[in-house]
Amino acid sequence: MNRRRLIALVRKESLQVIRDPSTFLIAFVLPVILLFLFAYAVSLDIRKVSIGVVLESDGASAQSLAAAFGGTRYFQVTPARDRREVAGDVVSGRLKGYVVIPQDFERRLVSSVPGALVQVITDGSQPNTAGFVAGYAQGVITQWLASRVAQPPLPVVEVRSRFWFNPEIESRRFLVPGAIAIIMTMIGTLLTALVVAREWERGTMEALLSTPARVTEILIGKLLPYFVLGLLATLGSALLAVFVFDVPLRGSWFTLLLLSAVFLVPALGQGLMISALAKNQFIAAQAALFSGFLPAFLLSGFLFEIDSMPAPLRIITYVVPARHFIASLQTVFLAGDVWAVMLPDMAAMLAIGAVFFALAKAKTRKSLDT
Amino acid sequence: MNQMNTALPAIPPAAVELNGVIKRFGKNEALRGIQGRILPGRLTGLVGPDGAGKTTLMRLMAGLMAPTEGRITVAGLDPVRDSMALPDLIGYMPQRFGLYEDLSVMENLRLYAGLRGLERRVHRDTFHRLLEFTRLGPFTTRLAGQLSGGMKQKLGLACALMATPKVLLLDEPGVGVDPVSRQDLWRMVQALTDEGMAVIWATAYLDEAERCAAVLLLNEGVLKFDGVPGELTARLQDRSFKLLNHCHDRRALLSEALHLPAVCDGVIQGNAVRVVLRTASQRDAIEAFAKKAGAELQPVAPRFEDAFIDLLGGGPGGVSAIAQKMAPVALDSGIVVECRGLTRRFGAFTATDQVSFQVRKGEIFGLLGPNGAGKSTTFKMLCGLLRPTAGVARVAGLDLRTASSQAKRQLGYMAQKFSLYGLLSVQQNLEFSAGVYGLEGALKRERIAEMVQTFQLEKRLNSAPDELPLGYKQRLALACALMHRPPVLFLDEPTSGVDPITRREFWTHINGLVRKGVTVLVTTHFMDEAEYCDRVALMYRAKLIALDTPDALKAQARTRRNQEPAMEDAFIHLIQAVDAQDAAQSKKAAA
Repeated sequence: MNRRRLIALVRKESLQVIRDPSTFLIAFVLPVILLFLFAYAVSLDIRKVSIGVVLESDGASAQSLAAAFGGTRYFQVTPARDRREVAGDVVSGRLKGYVVIPQDFERRLVSSVPGALVQVITDGSQPNTAGFVAGYAQGVITQWLASRVAQPPLPVVEVRSRFWFNPEIESRRFLVPGAIAIIMTMIGTLLTALVVAREWERGTMEALLSTPARVTEILIGKLLPYFVLGLLATLGSALLAVFVFDVPLRGSWFTLLLLSAVFLVPALGQGLMISALAKNQFIAAQAALFSGFLPAFLLSGFLFEIDSMPAPLRIITYVVPARHFIASLQTVFLAGDVWAVMLPDMAAMLAIGAVFFALAKAKTRKSLDT
Repeated sequence: MNQMNTALPAIPPAAVELNGVIKRFGKNEALRGIQGRILPGRLTGLVGPDGAGKTTLMRLMAGLMAPTEGRITVAGLDPVRDSMALPDLIGYMPQRFGLYEDLSVMENLRLYAGLRGLERRVHRDTFHRLLEFTRLGPFTTRLAGQLSGGMKQKLGLACALMATPKVLLLDEPGVGVDPVSRQDLWRMVQALTDEGMAVIWATAYLDEAERCAAVLLLNEGVLKFDGVPGELTARLQDRSFKLLNHCHDRRALLSEALHLPAVCDGVIQGNAVRVVLRTASQRDAIEAFAKKAGAELQPVAPRFEDAFIDLLGGGPGGVSAIAQKMAPVALDSGIVVECRGLTRRFGAFTATDQVSFQVRKGEIFGLLGPNGAGKSTTFKMLCGLLRPTAGVARVAGLDLRTASSQAKRQLGYMAQKFSLYGLLSVQQNLEFSAGVYGLEGALKRERIAEMVQTFQLEKRLNSAPDELPLGYKQRLALACALMHRPPVLFLDEPTSGVDPITRREFWTHINGLVRKGVTVLVTTHFMDEAEYCDRVALMYRAKLIALDTPDALKAQARTRRNQEPAMEDAFIHLIQAVDAQDAAQSKKAAA
């Protein structure tokens, strides 16, 4: 390793990073767009879900239950007298489900035989929302039943739920840290994969290889500027998240940057491995999207909870570096510097990164012979 | 470059030695046992058509690849075993010069200085020396991507010279560079060899070979000749002739001349026809032919290209099967293509500026100019691929702006690099272009069958175009462009990268078609191909600077020292005249 050559390569790569408009777009414009999208446009929170309430009975209790459905902030109720009136709306997707208060509701209410009180139909094509509708409906009924018992004797057990870490249960608070991981994957994997392929495509690699520069020096010269760029992009995204989107940062900035630095090891390693295998920028971009971006999106727990995935998929998620990064990021943003949680994640990221680098080293062409 | 002399004594007798060098890529044998010596202190040309193995040999010498068999010694080192030491002794300029286009001239120099491990304190002197040598001093802050082809090449050369190498490898430095800049490069290379450097210059232009002190001539991986170029051309002494002052159609004359068993090669040169005999003893045959044709026979000096064709056993015949099948073109108007005040701007940049000319029926009209002069832009506007910013373009009397699709039916277009569909078979390519031009049913089948037969594509119908030899690729591209029997043919750099024999075959077809009344517009950067044209328009910096017959253009460049200027001399002469005029004007404006 020659210091003078390395400095020359790092300087060259940094100038290229600064001058290439696409780096600027991916590192600074894309984060802003993604953060805005995840902060405002995408929301996993369930509020004002449209449902139908079919009131088949005219009894006072039935009326009161229907009013209870209308009164909750979780539902936007379309009243009906016949289930046929709302069934069509569920099919067309206007309503997420409906509740039937049957004709014999009053009789069921006083019956000593345990049985169903109301019927809840949900739109199973959106399982998440369906679950919410069923769950909330259950909650409304339970509450209504409890309030019917006039001046109840003090309950023996009282349930008071508290949501830790995200008391307002705002999805943006865990989506925004996730978005940062996506952005870092783009910078680390996509940009690195592209720049090495570009050298081959434009014939400049040939010129570099004919100089005394070693392949290792060329690659390190490429990684360093992108490492710094990745950290700058994290810092920018985190500042946006905290000061614009009101996501609390309970841990320290140092921990946040340390985590990002650790995540860049597998991200850059993956990019490097792709660039060693891909012959041109097009293939490199495809490979980076399929092996970097999509897993970071789908298998990292960013949008879809890992615990609810089938077991084989759950196992795969362990080798997705973004999974470990997102878990740690959510910890540092929402809980604080909980090292016991973050250290194993960091170790996992470094281990995955080491594998990528080893593969990249083995596969990188050191001459034009293929 | 004065320090170089002190380093000289260390050079072994031969700068490069090649011992039975074989290089295989899978089944494909790119180099088939190359044997040769390259000496220091002189310019050695590595000459051959595309696919001959030039670049592979360059890369082997630069240590970028290992030979499959055989041994190479470069500056006393084995490129593979001594891969750590070799880079300090060689300079290598790959095709496209290996520059970073988003870095400035100075930044590129700094990068290569750093990579060569030059100490900071010598940077200034080294850069100064190189910038002076390449005359790039005024452009140090300009991005490499914004340099002209010639300047890029000089910068690439400066970067390769950073560590004053003993062996300098230049891979096709003349491609995409205008003749004026090429002239400059010869001057620089001359200076370097004078100081003892071994310079190896790979090229597909056979005329460049004549300027080299020694030549390695490659064809299909085989070394065909190793020696002084004059030695090779000397074999053709008394075999090259020009037929002058005849009163025939020169294309018909060439076709007939090629019919003679004594003639192994022939080309058109302006109004004259140039022929090469199989042996010097056949002079009688050509004399009789000249007499019959009423032409004056003039012996001329043999050229390197003659020798190359002769080495390969002569050129193709002079009859075009496709042209024979074609009915004469019936077009009413005498003026087939016309443009007036044609202008195209891209933002603040004017690519084509007020270009006007007319092309007559049955004429070959050439559009020449350095890269970036506006040839392609003009061409694209004439075939309706690009809308002019101002001015009018007409094809067969149809205005391309208002009747674009009718006009397009009248023309066949062959794009650069043939633009065939790589994922379609030969048959499918033919069917596609027939369909695109609206041929249907029986007529479509008939035309495709005809093309297949005349271009001998029967055995290749199911191959992918990329698997075809270059000559077949070119035939296929021409077949696709001719499918709808267009009266006007647009050819954009139709022969770049094609070997001389395939090029001759191509021109045989074009000559045949023109004799049937087809009008041909062609862009080319092969100067000797401009000789096939009836008239040549020369473009420079978006403007049309000359328009005349090849002979008249050449006559303008005649000087006392150069009585027989070539097309390239005419080109340089005209461009220098424009440059001088511009300089005088800006001086006047400044005053």
